[in-house]
Amino acid sequence: MARESGEAGALKSCEVRKRTKRKSKKESKSRIVCSNVAYERARGAEEPHKHYANNKIKTTKYTLLSFLPKNLFEQFHRFANVYFVFIALLNFVPVVNAFQPVLALAPVIFILSVTAIKDLWEDYRRHRSDKEINHMDCLVYCKSQRRYVEKYWKQVCVGDFVRLRCNEILPADVLLLSSSDPDGLCHIETATLDGESNLKQRQVVRRFLDLDCEFDPTKYDSVIECERPNNDLGRFRGYIIHRNGKRDGLNKENLLLRGCTIRNTEEAVGIVIYAGHETKSMLNNNGPRYKRSKLERQMNIDVFWCVIILLVMCLFSAIGHGLWVFQYGETRPVFDVLGPEGTDLSPALSAVYLFLTMIIVFQVLIPISLFVSIEIVKICQVYIIHQDVELYDEETDSHLQCRALNITEDLGQMQYIFSDKTGTLTENKMVFRRCAVVGIEYSHDANARRLAMYQELDSEEEDCLSQGGTLPRRDSASSHQSARVVLRSQSTKSHRRTGSRAEAKRASILSKHTAFSSPMEKDVTPDPQLLDKVNDCASQMEFMRLHAQPLTQLPSELSDIIDFFVALAICNTVVVSSPDQPRQKVRMRFELKSPVKTIEDFIKRFTPSRLTSGSNSSSSSSLATRSSAPRAGSSLLSSPSAEGTLLKLEEENSPGPLEGSFRAVPAHSVSEEAELRYEAESPDEAALVYAARAYKCALVGRLPDQVTVELPHLGKLTFELLHTLGFDSTRKRMSVVVRHPLTDEITVYTKGADSVIMDLLRPPTSDDTKGKRQRKTLYKTQNYLNLYAANGLRTLCIAKKVLSKEDYAAWLKSHLAGETAIQGREELLFESALRLETDLQLLGATGIEDRLQDGVPEAIASLRKAGLQIWVLTGDKQETAINIAYACKLLDPEEEIITLNADSQEACAVLLEESLHYIRSKFLCDAPEQASRALQDDPSSLPVLVHRLGLVIDGRTLAYALDSSLEDRFLAVARSCRSVLCCRSTPLQKSMVVKLVRNKLKVMTLAIGDGANDVSMIQVADVGVGISGQEGMQAVMASDFALPRFQYLQKLLLVHGHWCYSRLANMILYFFYKNAMFVALIFWYQFYCGFSGSAMIDQWFLIFFNLMFSAFPQLITGTLDKDVSAETLQDRPQLYMSGQNSEEYKPYMFWMNMIDAFYQSLVCFFIPYFAYSDSDADLFSWGTPITSLALLTILLHLGIETKTWTWLNWASIAFSVALFLAIALFYNASCPSCYPPSNPYWTIQRQLANPLFYLLCLITPVAALLPRYFYRACQGTLFPGPVQVGRQLDRLPPEARRSASGQTKVTGGHHFAPRPPLYHIPGFFCNHGAEGYKKREAPTDSAREGAGLSAGITAGGGWGPDAPRGGLPPEVDTLLHSQGEASDGRLYANAAVGPSGFSLADRATPPPPFTQHECVPLTPSATCVQRAPGGEGLGLPPSTATRPEGGAVTSTADSLETTLL
Amino acid sequence: MMASGYSAKEEDGHLPGASGAAGSGVAKSKKPDNTAFKQQRLPAWQPILTAGTVLPAFFVIGLIFIPIGIGLYVTSNNIKEFEIDYTGADMSSPCFNCSQSSSWNSTWPCRCSIAFTLDQPFESNVFMYYGLSNFYQNHRRYVKSRDDSQLNGDKSSLKNPSKECEPYRTSDNKPIAPCGAIANSLFNDTLELFYIDPNGTRTQIPLMKKGIAWWTDKHVKFRNPGGTNLNLSTVFQGTAKPVNWHKSVYELDADLENNGFINEDFIVWMRTAALPTFRKLYRIIQKKSNMTPTLPRGNYTLDITYNYPVLSFEGRKRMILSTISWMGGKNPFLGLAYITVGSVCFFLGVVLLIIHHKYGNRNNSADIPN
Repeated sequence: MARESGEAGALKSCEVRKRTKRKSKKESKSRIVCSNVAYERARGAEEPHKHYANNKIKTTKYTLLSFLPKNLFEQFHRFANVYFVFIALLNFVPVVNAFQPVLALAPVIFILSVTAIKDLWEDYRRHRSDKEINHMDCLVYCKSQRRYVEKYWKQVCVGDFVRLRCNEILPADVLLLSSSDPDGLCHIETATLDGESNLKQRQVVRRFLDLDCEFDPTKYDSVIECERPNNDLGRFRGYIIHRNGKRDGLNKENLLLRGCTIRNTEEAVGIVIYAGHETKSMLNNNGPRYKRSKLERQMNIDVFWCVIILLVMCLFSAIGHGLWVFQYGETRPVFDVLGPEGTDLSPALSAVYLFLTMIIVFQVLIPISLFVSIEIVKICQVYIIHQDVELYDEETDSHLQCRALNITEDLGQMQYIFSDKTGTLTENKMVFRRCAVVGIEYSHDANARRLAMYQELDSEEEDCLSQGGTLPRRDSASSHQSARVVLRSQSTKSHRRTGSRAEAKRASILSKHTAFSSPMEKDVTPDPQLLDKVNDCASQMEFMRLHAQPLTQLPSELSDIIDFFVALAICNTVVVSSPDQPRQKVRMRFELKSPVKTIEDFIKRFTPSRLTSGSNSSSSSSLATRSSAPRAGSSLLSSPSAEGTLLKLEEENSPGPLEGSFRAVPAHSVSEEAELRYEAESPDEAALVYAARAYKCALVGRLPDQVTVELPHLGKLTFELLHTLGFDSTRKRMSVVVRHPLTDEITVYTKGADSVIMDLLRPPTSDDTKGKRQRKTLYKTQNYLNLYAANGLRTLCIAKKVLSKEDYAAWLKSHLAGETAIQGREELLFESALRLETDLQLLGATGIEDRLQDGVPEAIASLRKAGLQIWVLTGDKQETAINIAYACKLLDPEEEIITLNADSQEACAVLLEESLHYIRSKFLCDAPEQASRALQDDPSSLPVLVHRLGLVIDGRTLAYALDSSLEDRFLAVARSCRSVLCCRSTPLQKSMVVKLVRNKLKVMTLAIGDGANDVSMIQVADVGVGISGQEGMQAVMASDFALPRFQYLQKLLLVHGHWCYSRLANMILYFFYKNAMFVALIFWYQFYCGFSGSAMIDQWFLIFFNLMFSAFPQLITGTLDKDVSAETLQDRPQLYMSGQNSEEYKPYMFWMNMIDAFYQSLVCFFIPYFAYSDSDADLFSWGTPITSLALLTILLHLGIETKTWTWLNWASIAFSVALFLAIALFYNASCPSCYPPSNPYWTIQRQLANPLFYLLCLITPVAALLPRYFYRACQGTLFPGPVQVGRQLDRLPPEARRSASGQTKVTGGHHFAPRPPLYHIPGFFCNHGAEGYKKREAPTDSAREGAGLSAGITAGGGWGPDAPRGGLPPEVDTLLHSQGEASDGRLYANAAVGPSGFSLADRATPPPPFTQHECVPLTPSATCVQRAPGGEGLGLPPSTATRPEGGAVTSTADSLETTLL
Repeated sequence: MMASGYSAKEEDGHLPGASGAAGSGVAKSKKPDNTAFKQQRLPAWQPILTAGTVLPAFFVIGLIFIPIGIGLYVTSNNIKEFEIDYTGADMSSPCFNCSQSSSWNSTWPCRCSIAFTLDQPFESNVFMYYGLSNFYQNHRRYVKSRDDSQLNGDKSSLKNPSKECEPYRTSDNKPIAPCGAIANSLFNDTLELFYIDPNGTRTQIPLMKKGIAWWTDKHVKFRNPGGTNLNLSTVFQGTAKPVNWHKSVYELDADLENNGFINEDFIVWMRTAALPTFRKLYRIIQKKSNMTPTLPRGNYTLDITYNYPVLSFEGRKRMILSTISWMGGKNPFLGLAYITVGSVCFFLGVVLLIIHHKYGNRNNSADIPN
């Protein structure tokens, strides 16, 4: 559509376009929105946006009127329903009819109506939730009242102005026009959309930002043109045309999406752009999908077989009938009645008619009620899973949700689990654990204890805790606590924050005011030693400041400590807010000033001339304020070393910033008691800031141009923020450039992954003491880093650099050039960042724990024992992912790890080939041993043995490996590995991996994740599980099941999955059996009625047999039967394999059941046949006993198959028999002349008076069930399956069971038995073994460690006998090395890192760990690193420990190049 | 859906009603009830089928079934039964001529008599049956071909029989009473039994023709139209007799209590047999006194009025004399079945005992694969 430039009046053009739009609605590519307020003033007649959806949402499928036709239409999509209706209609054809037509319709109608009622109920629930949402309130500007009035969501229209207050949910997609935030920002939480719980900033449309006064909707007269509604959450394009014809572009930064929550912004006003179903969130909401479970697919095959059996039976009967008619020839016997028209049918024609008749008679073989019964059973199963109290999470007050109702049994058949890491395995709560500053480790024992306490508190009752009584309190912070409590409860209405973690966590989740701010994350207990040093240092600094001593006199260690914490506090993008002004950022009195933007700006700021010229520019005005401050004394503080340069730049004004920093305390905003809240983009940042605060180095304010930090003794210091080089994944670091207020130096603080930072450090210059010390620091820090990583901590290095003003000016110049460059801007900026971040001085390292969720290692271990392959797909970096994988026992320390990192397709191909070769040679060469081990350990019938290997692959390589040419090889490698870890994978890759495995390996896959990035994977997998804890709802929305925690997956799969599967499998088999058995009775009868389609079973019984008489017991059994108790299932995860291998329902079982059914029906037919042969029994006097004893047989058959008899089973069986008798008695007594043709008046009554009836009912079921009963008994004794053994275990008294399970655990244990570690310090482990035992490890694991360790002594200091190198076949080994020589010299070190069950971190000063490397560079572009399975190899050989100096050189050299896996 | 997600989570009081009404601030926990049913912890009996546990059941079944079987077998053997085929398919048979000549259209009754000898006296009441073989009374279209409401005396059905009776619904535009193929093919042979004294005199044995039908059939299900109106010919006026019948329905018997639709021979016939070989009760020979047997040992003649053609469909006609016991007529099958099943159970019990002895005691708990 052509756009005319709207000079005259945008409104007018809006109308014009509206009209054109109406004409050419289809062609229009954009949407035009103008203000409703202004519009009414101008025209008042026609609603401008009436073609846009309003905000009322309707997710229901039906209306009252459309329900019946629409529902029927949907139901007839199921083929079975069509089939049954067809059969029922066939009955209306007189030639072929078998039953009374109306009666034949009954079951179909019954089934259809049951389903319809279910649908109706579901739709009603949707309707109710819609209504609730539609009636939520929001403030909409009212034209007549000229103010914002409360309206329901559904009344909001496109073009309305809505005012949003803090913590409100957005009712529609809104263009942000005004915000109470002075910067025109508005923070939103998008957790409901993409699952990210951190805050996102949105900006007011630029022109409205400049408005001085409050936004007034009546004055708004711009027109917005934007793209049509689409479902891309990350994109919004359009522009706004102002009255004066100027345009502003709009992007996604201006749009607030429906479903998000406003945070940290007092008030925002916006205009509705998309409403209702056109909002992006609704367009993204595709509703539930219909999934078909594996069992159901298998069942459908057997339904198909049933159809074939049916057709064969019908055909047989038809031919039989034809022959029967034929044998009489021309003379027609009296009993062969002519057709209604009196026509004589030829044998062939009567056979054809009979064929159709038989289809009707035998229709029961296709179990009409099977589908509906399965649905009922599944709903009951879902209900019961919902009710499981063990799947209920107290902390979040949430329990498991089954969102897909029809795949419960799939849970019992999973083979592969694809898991997200962050938030799924871990809590996504970063907790500061420990740090090393200038080479000295501060282990933070108290902090560790505090964390342990949280863990224990989890299990304790809340009321055991008096208000924080047992909580470890920070002596310094406790004063904050009470105040905080008050503030919290005011601002969030939530309950108190202290007390048990459970409650606190719930409160934090409910309120969600601040991401990443549970008390566990916030309250860091400082290490006393370090705290002393900080205090010491600060007081010295204060002293020096007072005494005008230069700061360089400070011991460098102390100044580094201060620097370290300053870096922690400021090197981030954390926004500070205070609770007494909960919706506003803390404002300093300085006006907004952006970072240095231009050279002029730089010169202005850094030259004295600014003072004289600075009367109108904002920067100088701020400096003018500073300059008014007293200067006395502060100049003395400036560092003499910097003085030379400083003086050049700011001759007289050196005290300015310092002084300003002292006064930068707005009394109103930050009081001593008020607690500041940090809004961080990533949890790591928050953790570091909280850690810094614990050392009284608190970040109190952040503005675009300055950061304020409060230091002990020194008060608040304001750092002028010159630049922020944000974090990116290639650099793996971020930097801030600040001007240090104390020294006035330009300082770069860098924080980043240790692997990168270590490369960027300034090499130690000389051999003097300083250089030595530096090297030593470096070496020690590296060791600590390794130690942290070994403990599964996320490591970060902190470094700084002091820039001279000249250097800075030079850098700034090029940087600005890069910023303004049009082409290759990103690269230029990247390079500029690289230039800045060099020659760093290492300050220290931190270890942050991304705490594993409770029970994750145990859950993984038991899921793995259950034969499930667990793949972790994470977006995280390789190092972190591996650490976590170790921590959660996904990788085993003595497992070899194949790492695939390739730069190109070819390299990836080579790598895969080599890995495959390696696996083959490694595991096939010593085949006998392996085979025997495999037999012992892993009897899973997988065709490919799963080796004790781990595979780590990064995202880039994964992209190559997923290429169609390599995917087979990739799979071949991956499937033979016990665990696979995909790092840095994109959401798309995640789903591709799942799809690949699912389609190629034909296995059942389960994907579990918590965030938006897992959605695609969750949708692709056979079963998607969402974690409904911390992050938003996106994953949950896409999932089939939502769990509060990962550990519940264990019970969900092992117990409920197993039960659901085995129940349903047995029920389906039983169904087939039941129907076949019943129908076969009639089939046998055809031999005795001239294949005429006659039935000795009354048609009523025939039709309602399935539906009523035999329905209830199987429903009860299908819902409640437990083959093995929940405890045993969890004790013996191996039992899960029965579901994986579909052992309950294999194809042959269908046929076995069919054969059994035919046998049983033969018995049930012929015993009465012979008993009544040549007697005066009439048709139904003979048929009724057969019906009765068939019912008994079928019920008793179910009895044999029922494993758990509760009163419900007894009641249901009794009820079934009683129901049959009652109905039969009533039916046979009700009407003497009705129910043609059988007219069974008084038949059952006479039978009940006949002793023969009872004699038949006694012998027939016994004879019919004898083989099955006998077989079951033999099976139970001679070759019991695992499940049966499990059942026998159930019977044991608890103690015996425990001992039995202990036994198996030990025998199962050597599966995980560690290899001897490489090095060993006896004392070290002796001291801490017990602690570890308590803390994390399963008892057996710990015991095994002990055993392994003692073996380690004999192994000595060399390569462990079982180290992978030893296991490497020579040719592979040399191959790898020759390639290594050809490589570009990049050194890939391989640190022996073990998860080490017990926490090394608890040791105050552990010996520096020695890392064992194995460098196996493969090709220039690709590396295949076999990680030495170090076990607890972190222990240092005593010799090395005594001479750390010597070891330091090599070790450091290595670690410099170390890419920690 | 999506919105319900967040609306449930939001607790800041923006929900209309939901949080405002509750007021108290006591959050309702979603914690499931910890009841036995919901946690699937109902007290349960968990039988495990192994040789050891099942084996008593087999022995018990065996021990119960074998005596029952023996008892049944003895009972059945005590029943006396005599059967004679009078189809006349054989040239040698006295009824050969009749069988050849008889057809549905023949109006002239053919008579023949067959002599037979009872080796043993029949002590108690003797039931006299006629048996038909190869007669598919259970044919689907045959079974349907009747109008129960007509037989129940419904006057409108009398004049307008059900469609199911086609093609035996009307004859000469008059409704057939009783309509349908079953009635049409009514067994119409007459059997008479004579005892030949050792001295040669023929005594006719009195045959009871009442009490052979079910009481409910006779008194509830089948009723003549017009109720107690004794003049059946007027009641049935305007109806035609079934095409194969020689006389009208109101001429079946002189006895008013046994005429029309409530004629017991007719009622018995209308109860269609289950299997193609069947017998139907024809008459009852009642025991006269305690001293003399109902049917003494000796020679008898069966006089047959041969009307019913069966040779066209290879059918056979029999006359059966039988005493009955509490379990009905003579049938050794059930007794044998009980004995067989009991023995098999017992045998399997022994097998299980051996299995149990050999394998039952090993500890299975270690068998779960790890």
